Amino acid sequence: MDFFVLMLAIPLVSGALLTVFGERAWAPNLNIIASLGTFLAAVGLTVEVVANGPRFAFGEQFFIDSLNVFFVALTAFVGLTTSIFSGPYMANEAAHGRLTKPRLRLYKSMYQLFMFTMLMALTTNNLGILWVAMEAATLTTVLLVSLYRTPASLEAAWKYFILCGVGIAQALFGTILLYFAAERVLGETGNALLWTHLVEVKGQLEPTVMALSFIFLLVGYGTKVGLAPLHNWLPDAHAEGPTPVSAVLSGLLLNVALYAILRCKVLADGAIHSDYAGNLMMGFGLFTLLLAAFFLSRQKDVKRMFAYSSIEHMGLITFAFGMGGAVANFAGLLHMTMHSLTKSAIFFAVGHATQKTGTQMMADIRGLIRINPLIGWGLMLGTLAILGMPPFGVFASEFMILTHAMKHFPWATPILLLALGVAFASIFGKVQPMVFGETEAKRLPHAPAITPVFLHLGIVLMLGLYIPPYLTRWFHEAARMLG
Amino acid sequence: MNAAIPFSAQLINLFASVILLLAFAMLAQRRVMALVNLFALQGLTLCLSTLVVAVTTGQTHLYWSAGLTLLLKALLLPWILHRLIRRLQVKWEVESLINIPATMLVGIALVIIAFNVTQPISELSSTISRGTLGIALASVMLAFLMMITRTKAIPQVVGFLAMENGLFLAATSATYGMPMVVELGIALDVLIGVIILGVFFFQIRDQFDSLDIRHMEKLKDN
Repeated sequence: MDFFVLMLAIPLVSGALLTVFGERAWAPNLNIIASLGTFLAAVGLTVEVVANGPRFAFGEQFFIDSLNVFFVALTAFVGLTTSIFSGPYMANEAAHGRLTKPRLRLYKSMYQLFMFTMLMALTTNNLGILWVAMEAATLTTVLLVSLYRTPASLEAAWKYFILCGVGIAQALFGTILLYFAAERVLGETGNALLWTHLVEVKGQLEPTVMALSFIFLLVGYGTKVGLAPLHNWLPDAHAEGPTPVSAVLSGLLLNVALYAILRCKVLADGAIHSDYAGNLMMGFGLFTLLLAAFFLSRQKDVKRMFAYSSIEHMGLITFAFGMGGAVANFAGLLHMTMHSLTKSAIFFAVGHATQKTGTQMMADIRGLIRINPLIGWGLMLGTLAILGMPPFGVFASEFMILTHAMKHFPWATPILLLALGVAFASIFGKVQPMVFGETEAKRLPHAPAITPVFLHLGIVLMLGLYIPPYLTRWFHEAARMLG
Repeated sequence: MNAAIPFSAQLINLFASVILLLAFAMLAQRRVMALVNLFALQGLTLCLSTLVVAVTTGQTHLYWSAGLTLLLKALLLPWILHRLIRRLQVKWEVESLINIPATMLVGIALVIIAFNVTQPISELSSTISRGTLGIALASVMLAFLMMITRTKAIPQVVGFLAMENGLFLAATSATYGMPMVVELGIALDVLIGVIILGVFFFQIRDQFDSLDIRHMEKLKDN
């Protein structure tokens, strides 16, 4: 059977199965097996695309090229490790009485459906379906954010739904305008929203319409990326939802939304013949980066703090893609990979740490290294990695972004350095006493899953020291496609 | 008005203005049941205007969209909302953060902005209903304003759905509707969204004993 069909079918079918059988004892294993199956199918698809070049599926409705297959592989991988992590994590939550069986069932089925919607958004060729899948991804996670049914989690989920709903409505308006521009060139066929058709005629699209359309698309999908000033939902949703959900929201959903912007940017660039789209992205990116860096220092909740760190990195990545060109796009893609892997590893470590200590307040978490050296070191190394310390991979990508900015946009360099410096001081100053220091904490009924943390950090470390040539080629290919 | 404008285009313009008028009416409405009825009426008008476009252009898939609009926005969603309101025993009054005359003034400003933004695009459009693009954007912005100024959960959701109406009007007026598969997907998303919100309302009320979202202001960066 086709790897692509398998990759979409496994999460959809297992999501449906888990809706029915989610309370059985084997359900957590099914969740992991399904994620493993999805990952293997994604690997198969990746190998196929790398070997044979871009391909279509279901007529022209789905399109897989080197740009999105890279996101597909990343999404499936983090999806797998998060499902491994969530097994003992959710069992501990249930043992603490924070979650009942029906909620665990809801969690597992929604998790698989969330993976399905993200993979669908990544592989679809139709920009309208991309919108539909993005909205569906929000819908599947709303009830996950409010899983604990506490007042704070309900508030977070409500904010998430309304703000992302408003944002995504702007994106729909942008899509309509895009269709309007496309229809004048491609005619009233069902093909006018297919990206592969659009990219062939991008030079003929009406520039005024495309300029307006891109603004709406950037603001709309940007809300989901967490770009300021519409980032408010992100820290709440990350802090109040269960930790595996924070990990996939931060590590994957933000990437998928950014991917949507990138696809649209290629079209806007082709139509407008100026740096208009890039400049907008650079502006939004810098503003987001700066704002998030200063908010970081005021955080007391550990998951909230790392959520702001995600906003900060998304700002940096948006800025990188805004600069454009092969080097900056390469750095942006690399940084997205590094951020996904590192941030989800951090959330895994943080999840177990908060379970051990029973609180998310950083002031009350002390001495992780004594409670469980592996969790403590995992958090410490993860933090160092995300702050861009060599030899981790984040350093490489941040360094590339910085040097490229220095060369082509020197005015941005002080802002970048300031934001990165402030972020470093705030995060390091807070994590250090959490890891080292005195403590009295209890044992957990289910042993935590440490492997995903070190697996992610290991990959990030490896990519910081050595990027295999096939990966470099792949990144180059994807960066070239972005123009 | 120029006599050269064909009758069908005049009809579409009429329906579009009714939609805009209803958007203002929703902004001014203080009662939650009446708000839902206004929303249903807006859905009906939207369906009629789509039907007129369908008849004049002969685009068959627009008949489907019109039918879908009627079913979903004029019948099903208002029915769900009515049931929810009764089951939740929501109080009648809708409260607003800014008083209503001031909201209306802001609304007028938004309409002017919307018309200015869409001016260059409307001139490009060759479709018969091109004048309505400005109105569509204006209704989206008015619905957005309603979401911002209302303090209760249900009016916020009605605002969210009204925004979707405006977007749909934009899709039929600037273009002859999106491809069918996209429209179906959007309709499905909206329906699932409302069902999830219905579940959500009960959770909120159980926790806060009210649907007033001003209770939900705990999460802040102090």
